Amino acid sequence: MRSLLLEHDLLWQAFSTTLMLAAVSGAIALVVGTVVAGLRVSPYLPLRTVATLYTEFLRNTPLTIVFFFYVFVTPSMGFTLEYKAAAIIALSSYTSAFVAEAVRSGINSVGVGQAEAARSLGMSFGQNLAIVVLPQAFRTAIPPLINVLIALVKNTSVAGAFSVLELFAMSRRLTNVHSGDVLGILAGVALCYLIICIPLGRLAAGIERKVAFAR
Amino acid sequence: MSSGPVLYDVAGPAERRRSRIISVVLTVVVLAAAAVAVSRLAANGVFDDRWRVLWDVPMNFAGYETKHVWQAVFRGLGATLLAAAIALPLAAVLAVVLVSLRTSHLLPVRWLAIGVIEVCRGLPVVLMMFFAILVIPGSTPLMAVVFGLVMYNAAVFAEILRAGIAALPRGQTEAAESLGMGPALTYRDVQLPQAVRMMLPSLIAQGVVLVKDSSLGYIVSYAELLRSISRVADALTNASYLLPLLTVGAAVYVTLNVLLSRLAVWAQRRSGRRRRAPVVVGTPTVEV
Amino acid sequence: MTTSRRLLLTGGAGLAAAIALAACGGSSSDEPAVAEDATFADGSTMKKLADAGKITIGTKFDQPLFGQAGPDGTPAGFDVEIGTLIAAALGIEKKSIEWVETVSANREPFIENGKVDLVVATYTINDTRKEVVDFAGPYYVAGQALMVTKDNEDITGEDTLEGKKVASVEGSTPAQYMTDNHPEAELSTFDTYSNCVTALTNGQVDAVTTDNVILAGFVAANKEELKLVGDGATFTEEPYGIGLKKGDDDFRTFVNDTLQAAYDDGSWAKAWEETAGAVLPTPDPPEIDRY
Repeated sequence: MRSLLLEHDLLWQAFSTTLMLAAVSGAIALVVGTVVAGLRVSPYLPLRTVATLYTEFLRNTPLTIVFFFYVFVTPSMGFTLEYKAAAIIALSSYTSAFVAEAVRSGINSVGVGQAEAARSLGMSFGQNLAIVVLPQAFRTAIPPLINVLIALVKNTSVAGAFSVLELFAMSRRLTNVHSGDVLGILAGVALCYLIICIPLGRLAAGIERKVAFAR
Repeated sequence: MSSGPVLYDVAGPAERRRSRIISVVLTVVVLAAAAVAVSRLAANGVFDDRWRVLWDVPMNFAGYETKHVWQAVFRGLGATLLAAAIALPLAAVLAVVLVSLRTSHLLPVRWLAIGVIEVCRGLPVVLMMFFAILVIPGSTPLMAVVFGLVMYNAAVFAEILRAGIAALPRGQTEAAESLGMGPALTYRDVQLPQAVRMMLPSLIAQGVVLVKDSSLGYIVSYAELLRSISRVADALTNASYLLPLLTVGAAVYVTLNVLLSRLAVWAQRRSGRRRRAPVVVGTPTVEV
Repeated sequence: MTTSRRLLLTGGAGLAAAIALAACGGSSSDEPAVAEDATFADGSTMKKLADAGKITIGTKFDQPLFGQAGPDGTPAGFDVEIGTLIAAALGIEKKSIEWVETVSANREPFIENGKVDLVVATYTINDTRKEVVDFAGPYYVAGQALMVTKDNEDITGEDTLEGKKVASVEGSTPAQYMTDNHPEAELSTFDTYSNCVTALTNGQVDAVTTDNVILAGFVAANKEELKLVGDGATFTEEPYGIGLKKGDDDFRTFVNDTLQAAYDDGSWAKAWEETAGAVLPTPDPPEIDRY
């Protein structure tokens, strides 16, 4: 732990990078994932197919391979991304697949009568989804969504292997220099992750209680 | 939504025509995008003889032959499957225990369970694996990998199950109580089986995550699939082999996980059929 | 170091003789000859290991030419050969050595809590590490070098890195050297050498820096695209040592004696030629630091 205090500038820099990666990728993933979930229940078969392939492929591939693609393969297609930008794109596309699944299972949990009632009022697919189904779907989807976000916070550690100095890369850097204090450094880094993740978990529990409804 | 679309009306002739036009346009757009990507890759020489590493490895001082490359793939796959096969049932059992503690009537017990879940859920799996190998005496890399996978996934499984129990109609618990079943029996015979069935898709998705997370074992030098194959590129000191090798790795993972998901869908269908049968479901097991 | 001084320092002179004899006797096979009649003082680490007939050695599995998992998954390289030499001096055959993979972060903990008896893992001797473990050797002095693409004429040495992007492996000593001494260069860190080299051939970085031997391996495999700056000129000294439990001075002396014997009878040079010698000429063995 002592060496972390010695290097508090580096620690702070790494901690804020982790936070930034998680916050930005999380926001993008929530939006993209919801859209993809919408596409998966849309009336158009090709849209459904594209959305299904997108989620299934990303969900079943290890994040490291997704990173490798955005960092090392896209340059061969003609665009080279900044490492942080590549990390954000990799994290948000990977996470969006999980968001899409969470939202979709939320949509499935909404009673059939709700959507039928909306249709009988003459609502279009878009209106039905946006006004009636999604608001209810999100209630059920919140606990799994929070799980997805917590997983995202920890997944940012993969970016450390692709030239982004976040908490985990920092711990590897420090354990090399202060090799006598390996456990202390790891404990400190663990604490940093818990500082982000435990409030998120508690927040989820709070929201859940607030929006709970009897069935 | 097996009984026809719920969110939109069945299309009429005009709507069907529009749908078909959109289909064609979309297909063309997707195919064109793929073609541009592939041609750009080709123009940058991605499809050169680096792919030969998969069927005819050039001479190298590390002494690798083609069969060794594939041996590395299968050895890695075996290591990945082994870790997952040990961790999955352990995590499931631990999750069932955690959920029962989480719904206990004793406040300290409940707090303890919440604490364990929150900490295990909030720590990166890599760190837990690393702790295990440094702190637990006599631990092997495999044990450390399994430890990390079990602790994290048990916490997540527990949260999923709890959400499932919370979503059950209250009548289920009330009926169980009116039959004189105690909380433990209600949990075991009423809540848990239904929660497992309801949350099966989420549980399976998490099972897939568990399989993929075994790739974090590199931190404790557990040579699972990804590490095992990227090491081939290092051993041959030729970085251009990474792309073909990782393509194989991605294909293996996607196949493995799609099979796992299929298996789960099949299991869900079977359990669904059993539900309609009049016989009471036996002791619940969390099969993911 | 002269022969007479070596014998003086050895204490148990019979040991060095035994190694020398054994080396002369069975040099037909690839493996160093195993000392069959080696005897050690009661209670010493050497006695314990020799009686058990097996030894656990930590090495890296991802360092080309030094310690790299081979086709069958067991490691091969110069570090592995050095470990085998020491085991042979203890009367332990190569097949009785258990190789444990160590990464940079777990070398000290593994030595401290006895998970390994020795660490031979491109392990640079330095003072911070000496606070927790002891080092025999050095058995090789590596140095940091630079690798660039063939057409690069701008980078001619470590002083020409102003504003250049340089890749290295996160948590490695060469990466640390860059942050400490060349803040004017932009450091990119990845988790494997292959990823660093991919970044270089993609044009995402201008140079890769790490120990000369590893870079030489990548150049040897891809001569059309890559080259070493200044023919592999090194700008740091990384004395590789053999890590062992702190305070076990008898064992340290024994390992040092074994290394010295291997220098003198040519088995050190042979180990080099069979491994790293594939890409680099055989250097002179470094002087052992018996601190």
